[in-house]
Amino acid sequence: MLLEIKELTVEFTSMQDKIKALKNVSISINQGEIVGIVGESGSGKSVTALTILGLLEKNASIPAGSITYKGRNILTLDKKELQALRGKEIGMVFQEPMTALHPTMRIGDQLAEVIHRHRRISYREAYQQAVISLAEVQINDPELVARKYPFELSGGMRQRVVIALAMSAPPDLLIADEPTTALDVTIQHEILKLMQDLAAKRGTSIMLITHDLGVVAEVCQRVVVMYAGEVVETGTTEEVLHRPNHPYTKALIGALPDLAVPGQALSAIPGESPDLRNRPRGCVFASRCADSLPICVEESPVLEQAYNGVHTHQVACWRREAE
Amino acid sequence: MSGMTANTESISKVATTKPVNPFWYKIRRNPLTLFGLFLLLLILLASIFAPLISSYDPTKINITQRFAPPSGDHWFGTDEVGRDIFTRILYGARLSLGVGVAVVFGAGLIGTVIGAISGYFGGKLDQIIMRLMDIVLAFPSLVLAMAVAATLGPNLQNAMLAIAIIKIPVYVRLARAETLALREKLFVKAAVTFGIKPWRIIARHIIPNALSPVVIQVTLDIGDAILLVATLGFLGLGAQPPTPEWGAMISIGWKYLLDYWWYPTFPGLALFLASCGFNLIGDGIRDILDPKANR
Repeated sequence: MLLEIKELTVEFTSMQDKIKALKNVSISINQGEIVGIVGESGSGKSVTALTILGLLEKNASIPAGSITYKGRNILTLDKKELQALRGKEIGMVFQEPMTALHPTMRIGDQLAEVIHRHRRISYREAYQQAVISLAEVQINDPELVARKYPFELSGGMRQRVVIALAMSAPPDLLIADEPTTALDVTIQHEILKLMQDLAAKRGTSIMLITHDLGVVAEVCQRVVVMYAGEVVETGTTEEVLHRPNHPYTKALIGALPDLAVPGQALSAIPGESPDLRNRPRGCVFASRCADSLPICVEESPVLEQAYNGVHTHQVACWRREAE
Repeated sequence: MSGMTANTESISKVATTKPVNPFWYKIRRNPLTLFGLFLLLLILLASIFAPLISSYDPTKINITQRFAPPSGDHWFGTDEVGRDIFTRILYGARLSLGVGVAVVFGAGLIGTVIGAISGYFGGKLDQIIMRLMDIVLAFPSLVLAMAVAATLGPNLQNAMLAIAIIKIPVYVRLARAETLALREKLFVKAAVTFGIKPWRIIARHIIPNALSPVVIQVTLDIGDAILLVATLGFLGLGAQPPTPEWGAMISIGWKYLLDYWWYPTFPGLALFLASCGFNLIGDGIRDILDPKANR
């Protein structure tokens, strides 16, 4: 086990309100595995990523849970240890390649800066390494690109540079927060393939945050479905996408344009996410659920094994199919 | 036929016209700014070529020539110990310009670094730094500069230090404001996730991107600093005689105004033109860079 998040709860305090952004979240990632984290905006995907990197704002608190990375609890590390962890052990790729690069620094220098930070080599060697890492993300003529500024590159090129940056140390875990959302479809596929290949080559694990189930189906071995700061369903991609158990997962899959019948309107999930200031007593999805039971609004379901015999597939639902 | 050739000529003219630099174009359209630029150029040339323009020594005493009126030998006359006033004004330009540039660059550099640190780390450190700056800003700048210069002892270095101190808070505030905005930019946050240390982020990611308003402020402040140096010199708190400093020259010369009018008049005129030039340029640059002020 490379990373194990156990029953993590994160709260934000704003004015008088306490917002529970994550509640009892447990996610584990094995060495070399690509795990998709799926959910709509506000479901806690990015908060999870920021918590792993120790980058939560000052108004956040972590009342419960642990994040174990390579046997060390990240939540107990001090500032210096966290700085050494970031980039070196855990890299991050952001959604917008347009703004994630330093606008007035050459590409090669940006890469060399990160490489120089994490390896005991001179800046000159780091720069040479930077050119190599540009070649590794399949940039043609890496020496020329290293001398360019971000504004001289296209969106897809920039995202390749961002990936090169995040993987330059090289880290054992890569957190990719919607890495393809800002790119057009043809480039999306290339970028995903690139990340997949790099991860396979180096044994890097990837935590792929996305709201696109198509992306999950393409590259992830396992998937975690989050809703309103809770994990509602998790399992192998195969299991979760083909035999979804939680109504939310089913609704998400139903909303996929690829699966829609031509001529019919896409199905959308009615209602909106619950107010995280006052979490419902029962299931967080109950208010939007088409098949809710009386118990759903009374008591919150826990994550339990779905479908007898498949240990990897878990769901938090009172209507859990356990046959 | 002739009409046709004229036509093709004008077309080819249009086609070969180079794109005009918008900055230069706007300066050209503003005669006052252009005049300011001319004055600045004059002062710059005077300070660079002072030894070539005049063969006199700015500090050499020649008692036989004291209080000589303006003439072919001494364009602006001589002072109470026979030094050529024109020469002293040339060397004074060198001093004023050097001091003005040095003080403002120094204050800009220190202020920017403090402001970036204050803005980046925030919290208590930020509070302490900003309240200190507020204290400095609370005093009228000239009074504070006089107090500092008088306390440290009247000489040119201390006058420079005093002016730097009153100028620093402006840069701290500018750089801090920029830093607060930059800190939230994704590329800075990304640098944090790559494990880059805070000091390096400030030095390489924040400051280079926070410089543009600082540079504008520097150009606006140089003229002001020159005037302040002269003011302190005039009050006896800056450069001391026999240094050829405009303020100090006026300070001694004004007693002779009625009998030897040229003595304080020409240094005063030089100071007037210099600060006039810098202010006109400053206004011009502000007009050009502020899109809202476009006429």
